[in-house]
Amino acid sequence: MSALRPLPRWADIALLPLLNLLLAFAVSGLVVLMIGQNPLLAMWAIVTGSFGNGFNIGYTLYYATNFVFTGLAVAVAAHASLFNIGGNGQAYIAGLGVAIVCLALDQTHWLLVAPLAMIAAAVFGGFWAFIPGYLQAKRGSHVVITTIMFNFIAAAIMVYMLNRVFKPANVMGPESRTFAPGGRLPKLGEFVPFLQHTPVNLSIFVAILALIAIYILIWHTKFGYALRALGHNPTASRYAGMSNSRIIMIVMAMSGALAGMVALNEVMGVQNRLVLDFVAEAGFVGIAVALMGRNHPIGIALAALLFGALYQGGNELQYVIQGLDRNMVVIIQALVILFTGAMEGLFRPGLQFTFMLLSPEQKAEAVARETASSES
Amino acid sequence: MSTGEDTNAQRPDTAAASPPASQWAIELEKINKRFGEVHANKDIDLKVERGTIHGIVGENGAGKSTLMSILYGFYTADSGTIKVDGQERRITDSRHALALGIGMVHQHFMLVDNFTVLENVVLGVEDSAFIAPSLKRARGELDRIEHEYNLEVDPDAVIEDISVGQQQRVEILKALYRGAQTLILDEPTGVLTPNEAADLFRVLETLREQGKTIILITHKLREIMAITDNVSVMRQGEMVRTLKTSETNPEELAELMVGRRVLLRVDKAQAQPGKTLLEVKNLVVADDLGVVRVKDVSFSVRAGEIVGIAGVSGNGQSELLEAVSGMRDQRSGTVVMNGRELELKGDDGAARARLAGLAHVPEDRQRMGLVTNFQEWENAILGYQDRPEFGAGMFLDIQAAQREAEARIAQFDIRPASFRLKTANFSGGNQQKIVLAREMERNPDVLVVGQPTRGVDIGAIEFIHNEIIRMRDAGKAILLVSVELDEIRSLADRILVMFDGRIVGEADPATASEGELGLMMAGVTNGDAAGTEARP
Amino acid sequence: MTLAVILSTLDATIRLSTPLLLACLAGLYSERSGVFDIGLEGKMLAAAFAAAAVAAVSGSMWLGLAAGMTVSLGTALLQGLAAITLKGNQLIAGVAINMLAAGLTTFLGQTWFRQGGRTPALGPGERFEPVTLPLARELSGVPILGPIYADLVSGHYVLVYIAFIMVPVTAYVLYRTRFGLRVRAVGENPKAVDTAGISVTLMRYQAVIITGLLCGIAGAYFSIAQGSGFGNNMTAGKGYIALAALIFAKWKPVPAMFTCLLFGFLDALQIRLQSARLPVIGEVPVQAIQALPYVLTVVLLAGFIGKAVGPKAGGVAYTKER
Repeated sequence: MSALRPLPRWADIALLPLLNLLLAFAVSGLVVLMIGQNPLLAMWAIVTGSFGNGFNIGYTLYYATNFVFTGLAVAVAAHASLFNIGGNGQAYIAGLGVAIVCLALDQTHWLLVAPLAMIAAAVFGGFWAFIPGYLQAKRGSHVVITTIMFNFIAAAIMVYMLNRVFKPANVMGPESRTFAPGGRLPKLGEFVPFLQHTPVNLSIFVAILALIAIYILIWHTKFGYALRALGHNPTASRYAGMSNSRIIMIVMAMSGALAGMVALNEVMGVQNRLVLDFVAEAGFVGIAVALMGRNHPIGIALAALLFGALYQGGNELQYVIQGLDRNMVVIIQALVILFTGAMEGLFRPGLQFTFMLLSPEQKAEAVARETASSES
Repeated sequence: MSTGEDTNAQRPDTAAASPPASQWAIELEKINKRFGEVHANKDIDLKVERGTIHGIVGENGAGKSTLMSILYGFYTADSGTIKVDGQERRITDSRHALALGIGMVHQHFMLVDNFTVLENVVLGVEDSAFIAPSLKRARGELDRIEHEYNLEVDPDAVIEDISVGQQQRVEILKALYRGAQTLILDEPTGVLTPNEAADLFRVLETLREQGKTIILITHKLREIMAITDNVSVMRQGEMVRTLKTSETNPEELAELMVGRRVLLRVDKAQAQPGKTLLEVKNLVVADDLGVVRVKDVSFSVRAGEIVGIAGVSGNGQSELLEAVSGMRDQRSGTVVMNGRELELKGDDGAARARLAGLAHVPEDRQRMGLVTNFQEWENAILGYQDRPEFGAGMFLDIQAAQREAEARIAQFDIRPASFRLKTANFSGGNQQKIVLAREMERNPDVLVVGQPTRGVDIGAIEFIHNEIIRMRDAGKAILLVSVELDEIRSLADRILVMFDGRIVGEADPATASEGELGLMMAGVTNGDAAGTEARP
Repeated sequence: MTLAVILSTLDATIRLSTPLLLACLAGLYSERSGVFDIGLEGKMLAAAFAAAAVAAVSGSMWLGLAAGMTVSLGTALLQGLAAITLKGNQLIAGVAINMLAAGLTTFLGQTWFRQGGRTPALGPGERFEPVTLPLARELSGVPILGPIYADLVSGHYVLVYIAFIMVPVTAYVLYRTRFGLRVRAVGENPKAVDTAGISVTLMRYQAVIITGLLCGIAGAYFSIAQGSGFGNNMTAGKGYIALAALIFAKWKPVPAMFTCLLFGFLDALQIRLQSARLPVIGEVPVQAIQALPYVLTVVLLAGFIGKAVGPKAGGVAYTKER
């Protein structure tokens, strides 16, 4: 019913998310004002806290690594029109695989352990997403609901495993023993002194490779073509000879494997042991990252960096401004999801209208298309 | 609204008590409606005489449904006036239209599938906050209406359990229960068997005798001639003319509809059938709900011939088409191509059929044949994306695909000639050309085509028909399914008539009369008594 | 096992089922009207915080309850704005609401009360007390039935009774009233409702409002009845269990009650078995019981025990199309 035509590509992928982000910041700023603090000061604290020095940048990159993985996990599934809310559970279960490999082989060398741990993370995380994928493909169970359920099942399994299986007898808390140096990924700070002693580690390169690989997969391979066809129109993809159920299962497994890489970063890269809740909320942040990044690797890289900065800056916030802390960032993140994911209708029509008014050639094109369609 | 009397403004008794008004039940003046860039209704004038059946004909997309949706308050006109019983009215929503005594039976029924007939009837016109009294009163009222108009339906049946014809009756009952004096029916026979359609017409005649006004939207001239008193013709959003049905004929109406003389026959040479390329043996196919739609069907198609499947829509043609092309699992039976049996079951049956040399132009191109969100070039290789010419191994050769798209655009005169344009932005005819170009160009042995010209403009129809003939003359075996009998008669070399999931007869398009085919489509064969209903 | 043990387990079952039941019935209204709601958790959490905060500040549990319901209602309306008016993605709206509630409650709790995110502990009058039903004490001597009445039926918070009364009320509203008829219709075929002259938007908002109010009661139950004050993330995923229960109950009120009782029972059992060793089986991993509601729901969704088919128009914003 709308006379408005779609936005130009750049506005769709850059301007609109930016407007939504600004709105999210504005609303969060109001919350800060509400408790009697200066939002601009808070903003500045976040910026310096995340990029102010090598130490802060190191932490920002460490968080961003996680968010690239979970963002890609959500995005790959989203291209096939599947909403994977289970990134948290998949990353959590992937921790099992990483821990098993590291515990078994940490007397060797990390160069041997890292690839194996990566494969284990992918297999465990992928498996945890494959089951919902299988149930969606073969039994028609909605993947959103099953992945939510699988998050909770994963949590229960991990508590059990940590308490009953991984916990050494002489340790009180539910956690595995610490890996020997052969089971640890080197920190980036060892090579780049600027980054100091921060958790960012070699898995950031895995994240960069994943971004490139996913870009190629989605837009330059036949499988990517198939999964996009499925995402837009499952009947047409079946007509095109694709096996929809196979694509769904593969895509979900891929998505889970990507989420599983969080375990590589956290378990092998940072904690060097398996602990409770090491995923934190990375899986959910991935939803915000994918929405913000428009499911495109470049966008995801930028959005992951943004959220990495917000997380790190949010940590620093509490030392600068009394009463403000990381929860501020959770609020911003929730608002970003709300505005970019669920309230697109807020800005899009207005923006489309503005573009109509501003651009004479678009008007001309619209008229041309009208004549074309009235001929039919 | 807590008492039983306060909603009676919508009841027939009060509506009938209104003063004897003008001769015209409905008058529309200078109605305009735009949807974005499409001008769906341009300065439409229409007068409908009370107590008559008024037909509105036009091609798909002529603006008939839009006009009626405006009258029914589902859309609001951009400009123009509406008079009901001679008084000017602003109809802002459907409730308003109902209160003015206008009821509508939509093409796609507006029923809640898991509700009973009774619940559907009272929905929106409940007497009070509690539904028990409404249901009780409706039961009595329905009983009266059913007897008066001979419209029997079990009030306690659940909608999803009753036949399409019955569901349509529920829609009519709904309108009458709401006190409709004017009843709009949008393409009412599209989903009906011939028997059900005949029943419907009897009901409409009874309604006219009782003084109701009926507006019948259709694109079937036969129905117009059979039942209407007056007929208005629409074309491309404009009202072309209104005529007395008794003073016109189908040829004149057809000409008004399309704007020029229709080419009723396609020029084609005598078929030169070669060896059998496609053989269907004892095929049994069920639909998504598990209802068997194709019942033990066998036939064959030879090289260089077009076999047309005729039938009222919903008699198993769609399922037959989908099974043969690998889109739907068959229950039993086989499909043999070039002497080799096709393995069609499973998720990738369509891939195997295509590999064996079968091309498929689906009935519903937007739902099945295209990913409308894709750019044109991406659709130009849909189904053939795994071919080596579009990239070796796992990678997609985008340049090759775009070259392919460009070539087909030129060859089939697809407009606008831009392979980067989103497919949804092409017109129906051009979308169909994208599909046809893709499917014909891979030099298949067998071409399976469903509704090749549905929603396609006249110019493109001719083009598409000629392309199909060209394929035949190139020695391909072509299976054609269409609900347009004229299309089948002008294209096919042999006609198979399907009724209730079976092939009930074969006819030679050169010799068979329309009446003969019509009888077969109605399930009456070899002097049988009246055919059975398509659905139990 | 003695009668006392059985009774106390069942008593715990009722206590633990109550918030599930309220949230489940809340979700039922929204989802039956065609708006999928995975934001039950967030609405409850927000309500729990608001209820505790206002009860602590005002000293009145009733004001607390009202505040909880108001905040939950506001949240529901925000979700409705996204999902109904702006035609956004309903699932993403739910995710956002859950996250927003988690962030805001912790943040505001910390800033306002400075007790590590907790609200001040509530005293008498600021939180609900168990209600002793008439004759409970007098009849407790009657064998079997007496203790059942006195311990199991009597002695709960008033919100518990409200929750269970809401079951027949919801069933009646859904199946016997004009409102229920229209809600069910709008979740199945909104176009049919639109052409009948009823506003789809209005119907869905009405349903979402009820969802907000019921979630508000459920949230208040956590912080000013079962607990005495708000703690970080105190709903602990119960909103998701309620969602699971709703699916398990196939979106019907009476089965919803039984499912919530079952899930509540599993919870009670899990607490009771925390350190117990059973004969034969040995020590039961409590995690297995904790995960059981989720596993059961997945099994149901997979169609191995019956089939869960939701409202047909659920999850999709209604647009008048050409």
